[in-house]
Amino acid sequence: MSIELKSHAPDGPIETSWDRHRQAIRVVNPANKRKYTVIVVGTGLAGASAAATMAELGYNVLNFCFQDSPRRAHSIAAQGGINAAKNYQNDGDSIWRLFYDTVKGGDFRSRESNVYRLAQVSVNIIDQAVAQGVPFAREYGGLLANRSFGGALVSRTFYARGQTGQQLLLGAYQAHARMVHEGKVKMFPRTEMLDLVVRDGQARGIIVRDLVSGELRRYAADAVVLATGGYGNIFYLSTNAMGCNVTATWRAAKRGALFANPCYTQIHPTCIPVSGEYQSKLTLMSESLRNDGRVWVPQDPNDCWDQAAGKVGRDPAKIPDSERDYYLERRYPTFGNLVPRDVASRAAKTACDEGRGVAYNGRGVYLDFRDAIERLGKDGVSARYGNLFEMYQRITGDNPYETPMRIYPATHYTMGGLWVDYNLQSNLPGLFVIGEANFSDHGANRLGASALMQGLADGYFVLPYTIGHYLAEVGARPLDTNSAEFSQAETTVQDRINKLLSIKGKRSVDSFHRELGLLIWDYCGMARNKEGLQEAMDKVPALREEFWGNVSVPGSGASLNQSLEKAMRVADFLEFAEIKLLDAFTREESCGGHFRNEHQTEEGEARRNDEEFCHVAAWEFTGVGNKPNLHKEELSFEYVPPTQRSYK
Amino acid sequence: MDWLQRFLTSTIGLKVIMAVSGLVLVGFVIGHMLGNLQIFLEFVEEGMGREALNQYGALLKGNKLLLWGTRVTLLVAVAAHIYSACVLTLRARAARPANYKQHKWLSGSYAVRTMRWGGVILLAFIVYHLLHLTVGSEVTPSIEHCKVVGDGLQCPIFDNVVQGFRQPGVVLFYVIAQLALGFHLAHGIWSLFRTLGLGNPRFDGIIKKIAVGTAAAVTLGNVAIPVSVLVGLVGGAV
Amino acid sequence: MNLTLKIWRQQGPDAPGELVTYSVNDVNEDMSFLEMLDVLNESLEVKGEEPIAFESDCREGICGACGCMINGQPHGHKDRTTTCQLHMREFRDGETVVIEPFRAEAFPVLKDLIVDRSSFDRIIQSGGYISVRTGSAPDAHAVQVNKQDADEAFDKAACIGCGACVAACPNAAAMLFTGAKVMHLGNLPQGQVERYERVGAMVAKMDEEGFGHCSNAGECAVACPKGIDLRAIARMNKDLLLSQLKLRSK
Repeated sequence: MSIELKSHAPDGPIETSWDRHRQAIRVVNPANKRKYTVIVVGTGLAGASAAATMAELGYNVLNFCFQDSPRRAHSIAAQGGINAAKNYQNDGDSIWRLFYDTVKGGDFRSRESNVYRLAQVSVNIIDQAVAQGVPFAREYGGLLANRSFGGALVSRTFYARGQTGQQLLLGAYQAHARMVHEGKVKMFPRTEMLDLVVRDGQARGIIVRDLVSGELRRYAADAVVLATGGYGNIFYLSTNAMGCNVTATWRAAKRGALFANPCYTQIHPTCIPVSGEYQSKLTLMSESLRNDGRVWVPQDPNDCWDQAAGKVGRDPAKIPDSERDYYLERRYPTFGNLVPRDVASRAAKTACDEGRGVAYNGRGVYLDFRDAIERLGKDGVSARYGNLFEMYQRITGDNPYETPMRIYPATHYTMGGLWVDYNLQSNLPGLFVIGEANFSDHGANRLGASALMQGLADGYFVLPYTIGHYLAEVGARPLDTNSAEFSQAETTVQDRINKLLSIKGKRSVDSFHRELGLLIWDYCGMARNKEGLQEAMDKVPALREEFWGNVSVPGSGASLNQSLEKAMRVADFLEFAEIKLLDAFTREESCGGHFRNEHQTEEGEARRNDEEFCHVAAWEFTGVGNKPNLHKEELSFEYVPPTQRSYK
Repeated sequence: MDWLQRFLTSTIGLKVIMAVSGLVLVGFVIGHMLGNLQIFLEFVEEGMGREALNQYGALLKGNKLLLWGTRVTLLVAVAAHIYSACVLTLRARAARPANYKQHKWLSGSYAVRTMRWGGVILLAFIVYHLLHLTVGSEVTPSIEHCKVVGDGLQCPIFDNVVQGFRQPGVVLFYVIAQLALGFHLAHGIWSLFRTLGLGNPRFDGIIKKIAVGTAAAVTLGNVAIPVSVLVGLVGGAV
Repeated sequence: MNLTLKIWRQQGPDAPGELVTYSVNDVNEDMSFLEMLDVLNESLEVKGEEPIAFESDCREGICGACGCMINGQPHGHKDRTTTCQLHMREFRDGETVVIEPFRAEAFPVLKDLIVDRSSFDRIIQSGGYISVRTGSAPDAHAVQVNKQDADEAFDKAACIGCGACVAACPNAAAMLFTGAKVMHLGNLPQGQVERYERVGAMVAKMDEEGFGHCSNAGECAVACPKGIDLRAIARMNKDLLLSQLKLRSK
């Protein structure tokens, strides 16, 4: 297939691009909006805000989620905050500075025009959220409080204690609830999208499974919006929710949508380490802990983790400073413990690879508050981090006031996703992709407090405009679910379900997921190299084959069956894994969250290759097990000239 | 009037009915107790309590408007209290048709858990109490201490009370009922403030104290009378 | 450690259910309660038996998906903890643990430990929002908000909609859930305009869904993993009373 990736971003000065674009695109007459139906899959920040806003405009929205309620989408777990270029702190912030920071933070692998627009609409998000009743933190004077986050030089992060994602999601959920009440959004909880229906090259509907009755159903629409989040659960262990999956975007990819930059994943350095084989997910501890905690490992390997004994060699409190290696402070004297996420993560991995880890399987480092407690007092530390310490103690049983915390990096966010243009439309007309599900505005690395911003920007302020252009172009059409395309898609899904149920093998779904996750983590995690990636690419097809021959999925397809739900998702991860590995293999450079050992500076930093890889790699599915076709969208940086990062 | 019906039939509206009727009954119970405590003026001077109580009774009965006004108000309050309790109990049963195989109370005090059964005991007590000392005094007077006034008998309350409380079984029932009343009031008074919307944490402690204090005072005061009579501290001359 | 589990198994909404006994051995005390069930489920799956259906998603105590009765208490005995955040070190070797679904007419059992809590969504849909169209908001600093009001609004907005309050309530009431939203929005200047219509609509919906009443027993507040207190209920009562005076519709 010959595909030309056009961003459709307007030329001319970037400051006015979005205004000019909105002026240029078509709008749907208010009286005609009710003639259009839009499917939105997902109810996170992006999905709920898009569904609510489009319904307010007058479109009929059909909204689906696999959870029991739209309020449970995993946006709810975001802790830190949301960026906006409000400059309420009078510290020199501006739309330009937020744009600049985001492009640079993304290691020059994002589309400038999109990022600029994101920074522009960031201010509207805060206004909207406050009007909805989102209880952001306030100062005594009654004005909004801000903090500096993720190493930004200005305080532009708005927050609601450590539950900003929850509060923003509930704001969007309530706006969405209002439109359900108005009858403009029809909500289908416990309903999972299992295929995209494409007709005459356009997205025209979806096939879903009712997770309670097991029934497959067809829904037709004038456009389909995917807001289905990222693919971080390919690692099995991640900070994602149990249900997060790649299914919706991967099935769309199998129907012709291009998957962009699947090798970009963000690893968060401060998560609670794995404690055993049974581990089902990882919990993130706020990055703010690194402001006062000092990261170290023992110098003597005998003081480290002893897997046979199931404990560390020496009580960390008894190890004198002279026998500790504060490796971040040693290697990065200027930034010390506050180096960016990817740098801190890789440094932890290096220390553990040297055999100096201090948690289960030698995977963990100390984050020590001894000095902070000495300096600030126990109460001072408690005032800043009390709730985090409590959470840590609840999960690990250790008291961080007395013994150092143990942390290890974990997968947290995925920057890759379905390719979209400036209108957030994929290469398939009528298929729009928003939030973490698209390849997004974050380039190769996302800055802290930017995910919430992007999800809401897409849903509230970008998609509702740009989708109108498409709808006006194609006009209202009858919705027909009896076409051959619908039947074919439903049959495909039904066959897949039947096949999974008929295998009756010996291994659990989770055992395959765990094995795949470990493989991806080892070879396509914090650091990658050619041999490892090749090895993983050889192993995945074999694992997939075993899955389809030996998985055990009890129960029937005609009722609530959680094993089947999981099996369907893992089956998709097993296919998706190959393009993720291939993308990492093909991108012969290091950038942001993609670190290739072969491509680093003498200081051990990521070395980009702007001559050959300053592009978006968008992969076209050509069949399971077949090599996908690569399409490139070249990126140009007219406003923020690429530079090399350094945190020495 | 649709709004009023909507409000009064909502679960919160029914609770408001319960709270307001409860408030009326609490007021009555306190007043009733204070009036009856006049019996202890006997300790000041013999005959003083008798005189005070009898005059108090005559005053109440003498004013028909006051008497029947109070009686109707109380009847309406009791009826409203019981009605809302029954409707809410039925709704609560319907709200949880299947019970837990294992269930543990988390905070609910004894008072909370016994509101319903305590209420039933109180109802039985009220019926008995009315038959015993209100209806009883007029239907089966003990001729020696009653005198003819107009074309009816008027019986001094003091003698009625003293004779009524000389039977240990009766006193035992009174004491049990007063304990039930105490628990009912302790939770009821606290609860009615919440139902009527007072939730400021500043007043939480005060309201709890008022509720428990009132309940304790009413129980003690009401128990003191029959017990004093039974052990012969009061009314020895009757 | 070794445990005996008595778990409620129920094929579907209309099927009868019963407690089924399982023994689990070598439970690691660092496991979460749900990971312990995962291990049990995996052992059932490889035998071709249907695993125990239970709900969970974020497993960090914020999404509200998990929740069941553990030894007669919603989310188990540990204070301010969701089921997913309960760890096995809270149990004793040899203990028998009874696991049941939340029970309420408005939370019908779908399968095993999974209940349908969509009644909560319908309560929010009946009025638990501030009507503000996207794009029509004034600048976020247009109105100052008293910090005490903002903080209290947050405390109530922290509700995760798990349903523990309903499960714990002797009357299966949704007063704490509904009251939390009424107070969250009613505490903010932005929420004043619809304050009195909102409370009436939400209470009516709550009743219609078949939840019971509040007898101020306080069970809900103890069970709430987010520490939402009874004040939310008092505030809802007050607003409903006031609304009778403020509203002018018949």
